[in-house]
Amino acid sequence: MSRAGLLGLALVGALVGCAAGNGDPGSPTMAKIRERGRLVCAVDGAVPGFSTVGPGGAFVGIDADFCRAVAAAVLGDPTKVEFRPVTAGERFVALSSGEVDLLSISSTHTLSRDAPGGNALSFGPVFFYDGQGVMVPAASGIRRLQDLAGKPICVESGTNTELNLADRMRELGITYQPLRFQSGEQAYPAYEQGRCAAITSDSSLLAAKRSGFKEPAAHGLLPELLSKEPSAKVTVQADPAWADAVRWVTHTLVQSEESGLTQANVEARRAAAKKDTSQAEQRRFLGIEGDFGRQLGLPADFTVQVVKAVGNYGELFERHLGSATPLGLERGLNRLWSRGGLHIAPPFR
Amino acid sequence: MAPVPPADPTPSPLSAPKRPAPKPPWWRDRRIVPWVVQAVVGLLVLLLIAFLLGNLIRNLTAAGLLLSWRWLQQPAGFDISESVIPFNAQLPYWRALAAGLVNTIRAVLVGLVGATLLGTLVGMASFSHNGLLRRLARVYVEVVRNIPLLLQLVFWYFVVFLTLPNGLAAIQLPGVVLAKSGLYIAGFGEGLRWMGPTLVNGVWQAPVRLSVEFGALLTGLIVYSGAFIAEVVRGGIAAVPKGQWEAASSLGLSWFATLRRIVLPQSLRVIVPGLNTQYISLAKNSSLAVAVGYTDLYSVAETTLNQTGRAVEVILVLLAAYLTLDLLISALMNGLNHLVQIRER
Repeated sequence: MSRAGLLGLALVGALVGCAAGNGDPGSPTMAKIRERGRLVCAVDGAVPGFSTVGPGGAFVGIDADFCRAVAAAVLGDPTKVEFRPVTAGERFVALSSGEVDLLSISSTHTLSRDAPGGNALSFGPVFFYDGQGVMVPAASGIRRLQDLAGKPICVESGTNTELNLADRMRELGITYQPLRFQSGEQAYPAYEQGRCAAITSDSSLLAAKRSGFKEPAAHGLLPELLSKEPSAKVTVQADPAWADAVRWVTHTLVQSEESGLTQANVEARRAAAKKDTSQAEQRRFLGIEGDFGRQLGLPADFTVQVVKAVGNYGELFERHLGSATPLGLERGLNRLWSRGGLHIAPPFR
Repeated sequence: MAPVPPADPTPSPLSAPKRPAPKPPWWRDRRIVPWVVQAVVGLLVLLLIAFLLGNLIRNLTAAGLLLSWRWLQQPAGFDISESVIPFNAQLPYWRALAAGLVNTIRAVLVGLVGATLLGTLVGMASFSHNGLLRRLARVYVEVVRNIPLLLQLVFWYFVVFLTLPNGLAAIQLPGVVLAKSGLYIAGFGEGLRWMGPTLVNGVWQAPVRLSVEFGALLTGLIVYSGAFIAEVVRGGIAAVPKGQWEAASSLGLSWFATLRRIVLPQSLRVIVPGLNTQYISLAKNSSLAVAVGYTDLYSVAETTLNQTGRAVEVILVLLAAYLTLDLLISALMNGLNHLVQIRER
């Protein structure tokens, strides 16, 4: 090889070295997504408000829209998503085997799922604050957990709720009959047909499923919550750069609500901030100043793409879960930190 | 003694030429080539296995998930309502898996007996003189074996069993109650006192309880496998020469007596190998229990996998359990096959 060639190689090597230092984080998952031109996103597919197949055949719901937000951030196009419906039991295997890039399913963040010696998954910031509730037929006369002694309770197997139920019943010293179903598609019809005296899951999921019942008003939730269920979006631990990208897409949704950016006004705000150099924070967030997108391996304007595609967190919540929807959920803990809730985005700087 | 005459120097035209046959090169030698081929194939298979295992171990190491069995000792944390062996959430995972295995074996054993009885009756019915019975048997076989088992299980569970009345409205016979939650049978309860089914706080209780989940699984397995076994039995009976029927009827034996004493014993040697296949299928099909909420080995394994994240280990346990179960059934059936074969004298 000529000397010039060697020199050229060395130069390229040095450049690559630099790039690895503070430039493109080099996420294998993101490289794979760009190569195939679409994001493969796991959703439940059967929970109204979170992810269901809509009338037009497209997936709708807050979880489905999160997939679109990530696709918008990575590929600049929210439609480039391949939705993959998976059950609670198979979701983590689908993720760790590389079958899907991302889990956008209510998955509670727990130690054993997170730890390298456990499931070795990587959890993003909490996307939805929930608690495990118990739904009973309103006419059953069951008012508290103790009333369920000796009775059959439907539960989805392989979930956290199954363990919480066992824990709480053990604490209360109540014997009960757990009826374990592989998925909600069997558990909820069995409950609706009266096989179980109660069914337990995250309260939001219970409300979502109830909205699809023949008589939603005939079922009520017990006031007691069995657990806290902070659920987050999940990626594999082996690709921390990808986990970071997904994490900051969640933060983008929250930060944009805090900054008053909406699907409708984000473009106009960006144009305004471009001219007005005094809006330092807004300029950083919208990718006009600094190179925050590049540090994550995303386009500079990924925040704009996200908000343009799905709106901010508040818009997402109201569109799919809020009082105007059949679910009619209160925002409660899911309000912004500045309004008494728990959602807070770390500074974009 | 006359000296041995020297060997005839002129070779006979039939014997081999004097010059030894030219030794073929080794790649055309019948004694070497098969060995070489087998060695190469064997080596390739070993290489493939080594590659797959190496790949597994490399990737598991990279993901920090090398095979470990310590999780078997950790408390399972979930409950199983219908366990034959005592179980609670504080017991370790291996106890949960054992409880699941016992539940699987319970469903398989009862299923085998039920499917054999049903299949034999239907198989016999297809030779009946009664045309209605014959046609009913055909319709049953054709309908049932052409519908997927999963669909049938969901049908039995949601459409048949879950529409049973509940509570006080349950079907009550002396000593037996059939409700939406299960079948309750009288028996000896605590302190060996005879106890009938009683309604306590809206929930039926009895010494013997079979859940509707078990019922739906069992019904599905029996009806489905019964159709296949009926075909095996029909084939076995058809294989017995017609002359046997004629000889028996000329002796004055009735249809049923002919079948029972003459035809069925001879047809067993055709039926048993076919049954073996059906029994193994039934054992494997029992894992569809998850669809109807019956806690079998597969259902427990799935939860275990989810809680522990030990996918490879749990799947290995599953594979080993089903393989052992099926090999056991196979061995028993092969033994039975030996018994019913014709002894050559």
